[in-house]
Amino acid sequence: MLTVATGNKAVATAVKQACPSVVAAYPITPQTEIVEQIAEFVTSGELKSQYIPVESEHSAMAACIGASVTGVRTFTATSSHGLHYMHEMVNWAAGARLPIVMANVNRALGPGWNIWAEHTDAFQERDTGWLQVYVGSVQEAYDATLMAFRIAEHESVLLPVMVNLDGFLLSHSMHPLQTVEIGDFIPPIRLPHAIDTAHPMGYGTLTGPDQYFRLRWDIERSMRDSVGVIRETEREFAKRFGRRYDAVEEYRCEDAEVVVVAMGTLGKEAEVAVDLLREEGVPAGSMRIRWLRPFPRLDLSGRDVVAIDRDYSFGFGGVIARSLAATEGAKPFSVIAGLGGQEVTYDDIAGFVRSRRPGEEYWFGVMPDV
Amino acid sequence: MSTRTRLARSRPTEGACGKTGTWRVFRPVVDRERCNACGICAMYCPDAAISEDLEVDLDYCKGCGICANECPKKAISMEREEK
Repeated sequence: MLTVATGNKAVATAVKQACPSVVAAYPITPQTEIVEQIAEFVTSGELKSQYIPVESEHSAMAACIGASVTGVRTFTATSSHGLHYMHEMVNWAAGARLPIVMANVNRALGPGWNIWAEHTDAFQERDTGWLQVYVGSVQEAYDATLMAFRIAEHESVLLPVMVNLDGFLLSHSMHPLQTVEIGDFIPPIRLPHAIDTAHPMGYGTLTGPDQYFRLRWDIERSMRDSVGVIRETEREFAKRFGRRYDAVEEYRCEDAEVVVVAMGTLGKEAEVAVDLLREEGVPAGSMRIRWLRPFPRLDLSGRDVVAIDRDYSFGFGGVIARSLAATEGAKPFSVIAGLGGQEVTYDDIAGFVRSRRPGEEYWFGVMPDV
Repeated sequence: MSTRTRLARSRPTEGACGKTGTWRVFRPVVDRERCNACGICAMYCPDAAISEDLEVDLDYCKGCGICANECPKKAISMEREEK
């Protein structure tokens, strides 16, 4: 069915269709509309879920963990400071191998107090063992949320998945949304280590130096296996519903000599910039990284790279630029742009490409124009 | 697949960490005259070191004093262990 929805409404609609047994959440701007909408679905009877209004995000994730370990489907949503308030439990969810799905509306961290889009909030959770996907449109927020449940609950994965959408730019923007009849796209959940009340056990108990590393390796093993599960899920989604996704969304890259690498809405903006540059005769392309974990491979060989980071790791650099240097040996022109919702237009992105200086870092709006 | 270990789990086992009673600094001493055998002490004991007959298992009692704190009859006193 074709409708018009905000990114938040799109996520809530997908959650309604995935029908988690338990939703535990705490409101925070700009995510609040997701949990409000889900609460409405539960109140009206459209969604048969146990909705637990908790006193904090730490409790929200703790409640999801407690529910998930019984072997049922769970969902929560948060943003920025809320995500970091639950940080301890975010680690626990992955370590306990619980396929919880969480929507995170990307928002900058204070101070200065800022409610607008930035990726640093979720990037700071990138080493927790969660899979992370970043979307570029309202439609994709819906599609990725549906796929997240199937991927997280796959027996080769059994790790939590975080669906990330840019604060306000997607959470509060209205776009066309094509909803689907999901049928059996998400199979019933089966958690092999679910609590069995007939055989009580301690969960996540003291694990000494002789064993702990084995459990860490098992997380990484599943993270590696998730690459194939994601590919298979996205292919199945395309087959059933006609919309195709990949770990990296390439745009006009075949003969591109310079590639813009960005995430979220900036990755979509980059596609418009590529069209502008192509009209000028610049052989540009765009690669929008969708999955941050597991981190994808990008075909950057022989190409100039302009990496746009809506994030920063202080004392180190833009996370995407430095990741591409590490994984692909790239020497990107590293642009730090869009922090705290800073406006970045496609004209700005085209400008980054025109005057790129490979190997250098450029803070948009701070340093003299390139 | 089903035998794969993804998560540390353990079955309750008596004495898995040794005789934790050796950690104790204060020992619970029950005044049987005051005790009305309500069983609240056993219910609150975090180490399940108080039996159904309300005998304290000093091999595992760590001396936390929760039983003394919860006892409505003030029948449990915490007395320093002799060195």
